[in-house]
Amino acid sequence: MNAFKQKQAVLQTPGGHDRPGGGLYARDRSWHPAALTPAYKTSVTRSPTRAPISFPTTLGEETGPVFTRDRLGPLDADLVHNFARSPDGAIGPRIVVQGRVLDEDGRGVPHTLVEVWQANAGGRYRHKKEGYLAPLDPDFGGCGRCLTDEAGRYEFRTIQPGPYPWPNGPNDWRPAHIHFSVFGQSWGQRLITQMYFDGDPMIWRCPIVGTIPSPEGIESLVARLDMEATIPMDARVYRFDIVLRGRRQTLFENRMEGL
Amino acid sequence: MQRIARLKESPSQTAGPYVHIGMLPNFAGIDGVFDEDLGARMIVGEAKGERITIRGRVFDGVGAALKDVLLEVWQADAQGLFPSQEGADPAFTGWGRQAADMDTGEFAFETVKPGPVPFRDGRLMAPHVSLWIVARGINLGLQTRIYFADEDEANASDPILSRIEHRDRIPTLLAEPKGDGTYRFDIRLQGENETIFFDF
Ligand SMILES: [Fe+3]
Repeated sequence: MNAFKQKQAVLQTPGGHDRPGGGLYARDRSWHPAALTPAYKTSVTRSPTRAPISFPTTLGEETGPVFTRDRLGPLDADLVHNFARSPDGAIGPRIVVQGRVLDEDGRGVPHTLVEVWQANAGGRYRHKKEGYLAPLDPDFGGCGRCLTDEAGRYEFRTIQPGPYPWPNGPNDWRPAHIHFSVFGQSWGQRLITQMYFDGDPMIWRCPIVGTIPSPEGIESLVARLDMEATIPMDARVYRFDIVLRGRRQTLFENRMEGL
Repeated sequence: MQRIARLKESPSQTAGPYVHIGMLPNFAGIDGVFDEDLGARMIVGEAKGERITIRGRVFDGVGAALKDVLLEVWQADAQGLFPSQEGADPAFTGWGRQAADMDTGEFAFETVKPGPVPFRDGRLMAPHVSLWIVARGINLGLQTRIYFADEDEANASDPILSRIEHRDRIPTLLAEPKGDGTYRFDIRLQGENETIFFDF
């Protein structure tokens, strides 16, 4: 009945743990948000104060859970319809979000799980702890997932989420965004981030976006409108690539992979 | 000079308070989209080894338990094998995902006690579970390890624990046996007894 549960445990060994030179590239922590970012107030009491202790990756960091396609439902990646009772689907501007999951060497990360969640077109989440006065859309749940293909490509169909206010400063608003959770091929690549929309003036006012140290880092989370790919009379396309940590390789490994 | 063309990792952003919608939708009350929340069960048959439950809470700098935190674990099976390694236990997934209880902040993983796994140089590491913590206010997922307080000998020769200079911090990585196969592992994000977090 639940084949996925057994199959998800099939191990991937990207690069192999026992090859000399293997292991993930060190994470550039100065490129990521610091733990303590006082403008984002919740970080003040939730940020470790001591430096993390480094160690080289071992088998446990170089392997990770694997998810197989047979468990996914046909509508898992279609947020317009996967919760809707109405055949018309969710309310809001219809978009397709597509892109690739890559590693730092630019190689596609195949068959990896991408999970997304977002507010509805009015900026309201379907969640017990959410109290924004904007209404729920009875036809929108807000969750989706898919696996990348062999080239690392993924695609979701959804509606453009609305911006929403949040309790931080007296008048802080989140820009429209979609949350992304990505596994990659190993535990050490695990990443959660957010996608923003090109041209949104709220991006540069947001304390959570502002935790990212550099404008280049912020720009790398802004999806571009791709009018050429847009489906006429249906949905606009936004392109968003996600980069996960790469891993050291030997020349031998490069040849093995045909590079 | 030539440039080395390498991409930068996508910057992390907080999982936020509504992480459950995407990662545990059934837990969040969004029924009928996915049949079961991923990672809910790590034991999927007659798993070998000692069944254990790891319980705990995550505390912030003022001593309050986080009620919106989400945790994932990744570990070897009872023989020290990760899932697709030759001979690994097919009844054990190695991966779990749990949210803290929204009222109490308590989380629990029902799993098996992992066997030892080799370090890079072949020395054995003590039995441990890798733990990843995300929540509102956490900008980059926190990585730590759960070791077991009743594995004195293995812990003493563990290559990772051995490199920790501040020996008095090591107990922050030890789950305490409470009987009945239950271990207690509380995490402190700040303050006295701040948990050791890792960068690898
Ligand atoms: Fe959000």
